[in-house]
Amino acid sequence: MLKYTLKRLFSGLVTIWFIATVTFFGMHAVPGDPLMGDKAVSPEIRANLEARYGLDKPLLKQYQIFLTNMAQGDFGISFTQENRKVNDIIKEHFSVSAMLGLLAVIFATIGGVVFGAITALYRNRWPDYVTMFVVVLCVSVPSFVFAAFGQLGIMHFNDLFGTRIPIAGWGTIGHMIVPSLVLGLGTMAYLTRLMRSSMLEVTGADYIRTARAKGLSMQRIFWRHQLRNAILPVVTVLGPAIAAITTGGFVVELVFAIPGLGRYFVQAVQQLDYTVIMGTTVFYGAFLVLMVILVDILYGFIDPRIQVAK
Amino acid sequence: MLKQQSPTITIIDELYLMLWKTLPLRLQRPGRLRALVGRSALASLFSLAILLAPSQASAQGAVNEKTQTLTLALTSEPPSASTLLGTDQVSFWLIDHITEGLMGYDKNNALTGAIAKRWELRDDGATFWLRKDAKWSDGSPVTAHDFVFAWREVLKPATASEYAFILYPIKNAEAVNKGELSSDQLGVRAVGDYRLEVTFTQPCAYFLDLTAFISYRPVKEEFFKQYGRAYASDPDKMLYNGPFVLTKWVHGASLNMKKNEHYWNKEVVKLQEIDVPYITSDTSALYNLFKDGEIAMKVVPGIGPDTIKKALADHLPMRKFNDGSNFYMEFNHRPDRLTSNRNLRKAIQLVFDQQLFTNKVVASPGNKPSYSLFPDWVRGAEQPLYKEYPPKFPANDEKLAREYLEKAKQELGLEQIPPLILLSTDSPGANKQSEYVQSLLKRTLGLDIKIDKQIFKQRLAKMGTGEFDLVGSGWGPDFNDAMTFAELFASWNKNNRGRYSNPEYDRLVRLAQSTTDPKTRAHAFGELQQLLIDDAAIINQYQRGYVYLQNTHLRGVVRRIFGGDPVFKYAYIEEEQEK
Repeated sequence: MLKYTLKRLFSGLVTIWFIATVTFFGMHAVPGDPLMGDKAVSPEIRANLEARYGLDKPLLKQYQIFLTNMAQGDFGISFTQENRKVNDIIKEHFSVSAMLGLLAVIFATIGGVVFGAITALYRNRWPDYVTMFVVVLCVSVPSFVFAAFGQLGIMHFNDLFGTRIPIAGWGTIGHMIVPSLVLGLGTMAYLTRLMRSSMLEVTGADYIRTARAKGLSMQRIFWRHQLRNAILPVVTVLGPAIAAITTGGFVVELVFAIPGLGRYFVQAVQQLDYTVIMGTTVFYGAFLVLMVILVDILYGFIDPRIQVAK
Repeated sequence: MLKQQSPTITIIDELYLMLWKTLPLRLQRPGRLRALVGRSALASLFSLAILLAPSQASAQGAVNEKTQTLTLALTSEPPSASTLLGTDQVSFWLIDHITEGLMGYDKNNALTGAIAKRWELRDDGATFWLRKDAKWSDGSPVTAHDFVFAWREVLKPATASEYAFILYPIKNAEAVNKGELSSDQLGVRAVGDYRLEVTFTQPCAYFLDLTAFISYRPVKEEFFKQYGRAYASDPDKMLYNGPFVLTKWVHGASLNMKKNEHYWNKEVVKLQEIDVPYITSDTSALYNLFKDGEIAMKVVPGIGPDTIKKALADHLPMRKFNDGSNFYMEFNHRPDRLTSNRNLRKAIQLVFDQQLFTNKVVASPGNKPSYSLFPDWVRGAEQPLYKEYPPKFPANDEKLAREYLEKAKQELGLEQIPPLILLSTDSPGANKQSEYVQSLLKRTLGLDIKIDKQIFKQRLAKMGTGEFDLVGSGWGPDFNDAMTFAELFASWNKNNRGRYSNPEYDRLVRLAQSTTDPKTRAHAFGELQQLLIDDAAIINQYQRGYVYLQNTHLRGVVRRIFGGDPVFKYAYIEEEQEK
């Protein structure tokens, strides 16, 4: 297991290097000038700015410096956020995105498993139809629509019940509930579909028939055999799902004025802020790789039948 | 440059409201739904969240007259709080509330002394006598040395300040900025602690206005040297001499300002606190925050036609403001470009209808058609310049335009004008405007236009290298003088991206730069304004304005077209009137 883990970690590092390299050269190939502002500056100022960010050096030299700094965990200083280290931006804002993402994942997982199980148990009956209708809706509608509806929903809720739930901002549980629900909806819908098909497959399996023949109660069959076996595919996709939710909440962060990392990433791309683009991409890439490795390792613990390849 | 609100979000708002309205009336009334469904699980969950939530600034609402606290939202994080480096509107807004220069503006936007209690402007320089009661937030006095240090620092090449050029009227400033002279050769010196002597390269009529700009603000040397490049990156790494001090700044999340008790003019400051717990550019979220009573103003971006309808239905208080910016289409005047031909430019000028473009294409309430390089607010000798020197703008005339086009073809030796490239950004607003120009020129003159749509940074890069025939452009003023616009099209100006070059225009700019006589200057501006029109050097489009929302209890807010806006120095919160 240790050998397998080390092997996976090494391949993960290679993946991160590959992501960093492709992003670095891709970013420099994008037309546009990161130092170009509304107002033209003199060549002398321009030269100073280039020197400050190392843009006066040949591209390969810049790449070498970037890799050396990256290996030491230093992504440099932002081009647009005066005097702010990219490391600080990631540190301060990823914790917010991670908190939001964590709540969204909890909500999506619980919802996905429960609704998936319900739809399978009530197959072709009204709870199945209703849930699947909602699921299709959640999959098809983009998150900014739900975000806007969520915010208006809070306002109407406040009107009706005389509450003061914040419609935007960050810092308390009150700020977190609706955005995390909105963020988790798409994944919840996806997990519901996955859980449903997995449950249906398990329900038709021989060992369930055997269990029924043995006279086990429905409850026991459900908890001990159906749910436990059906949940495996859900666990498989959970790693990438956690990474996707945690790193993909930009729209929700924008609508609910949440100071997450997504906004910096999108702004950096728009403004060609090279250091922030590199920092956030490598960080997001590393996070995704780590999640996938963690789930693979976890998989072996959940299902003892799965053996790590020798 | 053109900010448009997201139409998708607005449609969703409308959809939601529509759905809400389709509910039976009895369910829409507060209390009815509760009676029907009881205290649902959802209500319990939300209530629990509220109970668990610690007290938040946002919970106090948009305004609080007892504590004189104001709650606002920003559309983006201020990239800088440093007077040496700030370049954008949000940074200007913050800096203008926490620092003060030699001169400032009063509540009527008239130039007035700030740190300077007395001043003398001469052709060869200026002298400022500083007030002795002006203090930094650590209690130490603001001295002439702080100005000398700050101005030298802005101009040092290593600082790489993008606004260094604004100090160029000072003797040797340009040479210092280019590294040709050392910073101690700059034409500024402190005579004792409270007298500042400035020497000019040439007379500068608007120097007093310049000293109100953020790059002219003082910096205390000892304090600055403690932090170096980290100066002003956090509230504790900065000293304040303005009406407010920055007490909290959670980057990307929130900031908070409190009244500066060391401010020399603290009597005029009524607000005790300005709280900014929200930073988002989402127009719908900002609208909802205002409607829900969480923020006192929704300023930038303004509210578009669709949202105005909603705001009217919601009975929200609206106001109008023109932000002083002017928008136009620039031609490429480089000799190898077809648009360097005056007749071709005249043909395009004669078919472009400013009124229609402003009202039907830009179609956002508050804008005004523009017929001059100078917006209406620009002052002349005694009155606004447009009253003293009304621009003589040719009326639309398609027949005449086609005659000009024929002349252009003959001069260029072409049977047909090849497709012209219109450089544009990829925003929805810019797309709409470019497509209108494309269809207009095809319909009226048979000209083919290719739209080159680029991201903002690439558009700027292509403007700099001259890869365009036409480009949508705009300019916001840096200071309160016509020169902030006039110098744009001088042949030496690096912001003259179309490389318009006219010796007579250059002469008029130099004349206005070298004299302090208001009448001579106004006349020069009037002349050069007409020269641009006669030459069809640019196609004027519109003066930007917008409709915004402001809480009715919030009074005394000053809107300003240069520097930080809106200004809360004189603002206060009025108690609710008895009905």
